[in-house]
Formats: sequence, C-alpha cells, structure tokens
Amino acid sequence: MKKTMITAATFVLLGGAAVAQDGSNLVINDELPMVTEAAAPAHLSEVLDTIYSGWRFRTPETQALQIDDFDNPGMIFVDAALDAYGTVEGAAGESCQSCHGEVGTFEGLRTKMPKFNAEAGTLWSMEDYVNNCRTERMQADAWQWSGADMQGMVALIAHQSRGMLMDVDITGPAQSWWELGREMYYTRYGQLELSCANCHEQNYGSMIRADHLSQGQTNGFPTYRLKQARLISQHNRFRGCIRDTRAETFAEGSDAFRALELYVASRGSGLSVESPAVRQ
Amino acid sequence: MAKGVKPRVKVPKTVAAGDVITIKTLISHPMESGQRKDKEGNVIPRSIINRFTCDFNGTNVLDVKLDPAVSTNPYFQFEARVPEAGEVRFTWYDDDGSVYETRKSIAIA
Amino acid sequence: MELTRRQWMMLGAGAVAAAGLAPTGVLAKRMDEALSSFTGGAAVADGGVELSAPEIAENGNTVPISVSAPGAVAIAVFAEGNPEAEVATFKFGELAASQAASTRIRLAKTQNVVAVAQMADGSFARTARVVKVTIGGCGG
Repeated sequence: MKKTMITAATFVLLGGAAVAQDGSNLVINDELPMVTEAAAPAHLSEVLDTIYSGWRFRTPETQALQIDDFDNPGMIFVDAALDAYGTVEGAAGESCQSCHGEVGTFEGLRTKMPKFNAEAGTLWSMEDYVNNCRTERMQADAWQWSGADMQGMVALIAHQSRGMLMDVDITGPAQSWWELGREMYYTRYGQLELSCANCHEQNYGSMIRADHLSQGQTNGFPTYRLKQARLISQHNRFRGCIRDTRAETFAEGSDAFRALELYVASRGSGLSVESPAVRQ
Repeated sequence: MAKGVKPRVKVPKTVAAGDVITIKTLISHPMESGQRKDKEGNVIPRSIINRFTCDFNGTNVLDVKLDPAVSTNPYFQFEARVPEAGEVRFTWYDDDGSVYETRKSIAIA
Repeated sequence: MELTRRQWMMLGAGAVAAAGLAPTGVLAKRMDEALSSFTGGAAVADGGVELSAPEIAENGNTVPISVSAPGAVAIAVFAEGNPEAEVATFKFGELAASQAASTRIRLAKTQNVVAVAQMADGSFARTARVVKVTIGGCGG
C-alpha cells in the first residue's frame, strides 16, 4: 500500500481549519434509523478507526433534505423509476416486473454491490445488471451509465436496501479487483498529484477551498446532488474527482471504475445504504 | 411539454373538520432559467413552471408566481385549513403551455 | 438543470464585478424595478415579515427559504444579486391557514435575500437576510 505524505503544494489547496463531522443522528421519516458512523472494517485498521457517512459532513440545511422522504428530491426519480419498472419495453414484451415481481425482492442487493458475476467472469456494477436485463431479456436498448433512466432504476433497486449495512465481498474472484481498486485509491492523479486518500483518508473533515471533505463513502449512491439537481452515479462522481485533480479521467462503466467502486464500497462496510442520499 | 414531468404531493387522507394541515409539493422540472448558454454559446431559451396553484373544493389556498430563480424540481410547503371533506387540486403551469394537475381527496374523521 | 456560479456570473458580469452586498448599477436598478412592480411604488416599512434562510448555503442551486407574515395577502421574495431580482410571489387564498410558505431558490452569489409582504390594509413590510453562497467546491 502506498501511503504518501501530503506535499507542501497540496497544503495550499487544503486551506482552512479542520471541521470534524458533526454528531447528528440520521433517522429518516421519524422511523428508519441509519448507521452513519461505524468501526472501520479490518482492512482499514492501520489508517482509520471510524468510518462516517458523507451525510455527517453536510450543513444542517443539506442534511434536512434527506431526513424526510418527501423533502428528498431524489425520491421523485425513484417514483418515476417505479413506473418504468412496471412498463413493458423492448421486442421481448417484458417489463422488469414481469421477471422480478415486486421491486421489494431486491432487498439486500445493494449491500453486496458491486459483485463478481461468475457467468460473465468479471466484476459487475448494478448498472451492468440493469443493462444486461434490458438488452438480453427485454431486447430493449441499453441505457447510458449515468443517464436519468439508469440512475433512477439503480436508485429504486438500491432503495429497497435502505438502512441495511454495506457488506461487499472482497474475497475469491473479487479479490484481484479489490486490489486493483486499492492501488487506484492510493495513486496520485493529475497535475495536482492528488490521490483519493489525500483528500478522503488523510484530510476528511478539513476544507478544500469551500468544500468540507468527507471520507468519500459511497453508501448513499445514487445521490441527489444539489449542484447538478439530479441523481448522480458513483462513476460520475469518481470522474468528477479525478478531473478535479486535472487528470485525464477514466470512463464511466470502465473496468478501472468498477474496481474502484468495489474498493471504496469495502471502505464503507458497516454503514447503512442511504440511497438516494442528498449531498451538496 | 417538458420531458418526464412528475408531480408529488403530500396531503393527509383524513382530518377533523376545521383542521390545519401541512401540504408539501414537489414536481420534477428542469426550470431552465434562460440565463444559460449551450456549448456553442447560444442562449438556452427559458422554460420554467411559472405558476403553481392549490385549491380546496374550488376555493384558493395558495397561488404562486415562479421566476427562474426557483430551483430545479420546484418544492413548496404551506398550510391549509380544511373546513369539510373534499378534494385538493394542485396545478402547475409550464411556459410551454402545458398544465400539470394532480388531485387528492380528504375525508373528515 | 445545473446553474454554475460561473455561468450566472458571466451573464451579469459587468454588474456583478463590484463585489459586496449592496447591489450597484444594473442590478440595483433591476431590484428597484422588481420591487416597484410589486408595491406600485408605495412606501415599505421594515419588519412585520419573517424570512428564514441559511447563513451559509452549501450550494447556491438549492437554497431552502421560508417566509411568514401574519395578516399578509401576499409575500414576494427577491434576490438582489441575481441576474433577475424576482424569485417568487406567494398569494394567500381564503383557505390558507397561515400566511407562510417554504421553497428552494437559486442564488448566484453571496447576497441579500429580501421578503416583502403586502398586508391586508395595503401597506408593505420588508425584511432582508444575507446568505453566503459557497463557491470553489468540488465540481460536477
């Protein structure tokens, strides 16, 4: 594992005093408590004691948008996806529902994503499963990885696991993917020479210019981001982060981002699925 | 009609006559402000919801004029007095002439 | 829709260049015009209307605000530093249980948000709050 010291140049960017995560508890709709703080998983024992949901780093006004499902703008897209779920599309005359039944049958799936697909012989994200159903079973067109249709459907499926704890498998055939993702996490990218770890492991709680750095956890994705005012995919956020280091970035849906998705998910094992979360 | 516009409203199903209720509404809409330019530098034309109304049994509760500074996916929260059983009607008016409407019934306990 | 601060700024560029809260030049004129079109030029007293807004908005695209003015027939909200000052105007009907409402608004930069209430007797009341808009965060 590469662990590099922050350079003087990086400190210029990471100005401002550290403001730790806050102590608020997240209970959604007054009835669904979420685990936003947990002991770090064993593989992080040398670098972190405690992991925190990104919700804990946001302002009270942003936090409030996730406390009540009606106030959560991400839920309109979950609602729209539920309509799409029951709609027949494609030459095979199938809908999601005609094979899978009620959407509640997906309970728990999000906690295991991404996962190694033995049949395909590779690591699959939820988007891969959705598109495989669309093209193979429904004979419909594939959706764009970060398109509104896709992220609405991914959010709907993830939402069935809301409150359950993230628990991805990083052993067996997934292990080499996990190791690749870990390598990426500690690799400095771009003209600014920043790794994921520089911001989200070594400086979470600090301000990077006007942004309050979180641990970069992915348990709330797809996330309604106020900046884009729509549901954002994990790979889109990875792309944005790497682009902000002034690097050539990887493509959404690339093997590199699948690997990173698995590794980052494993750093959040023990946090509740929050999808769709609301962030700045 | 803007693509994929979907309203959500939150209204209690049952109240006591004369009760004050809190109503929340959210509608998916880009609220294109008319201030942005596309990649070629052309102004993207304004396309917003410019008016929202809430009525109960034909009597007005709230009538809002929206300007482009209202956020994407417009949200409103307000209070209504419910004198009798009936129907709440919500109407959103789009710049392009589309009208989106949704209704909710309220029973008296 | 994504409205970055940069995009807002480019549009109001000349006018917004002079930083600070009191709008100047074109923006001040737009604010005055927007206000008079609501009040018809009548005098506006301070107080009598409540406006709640975050001191610091994490993203200017979605800033939650609430207004309240017991006895008002209407409340108009303005953003002094936006390219257009008008934000929203709430008219309260016979079945409004309170003259209060909440919504989410766009603010192009740190500025005054102003709420002006038209009372039942035809008088006007105003209040203003500074909202600091966070810039320089990690982009989309």
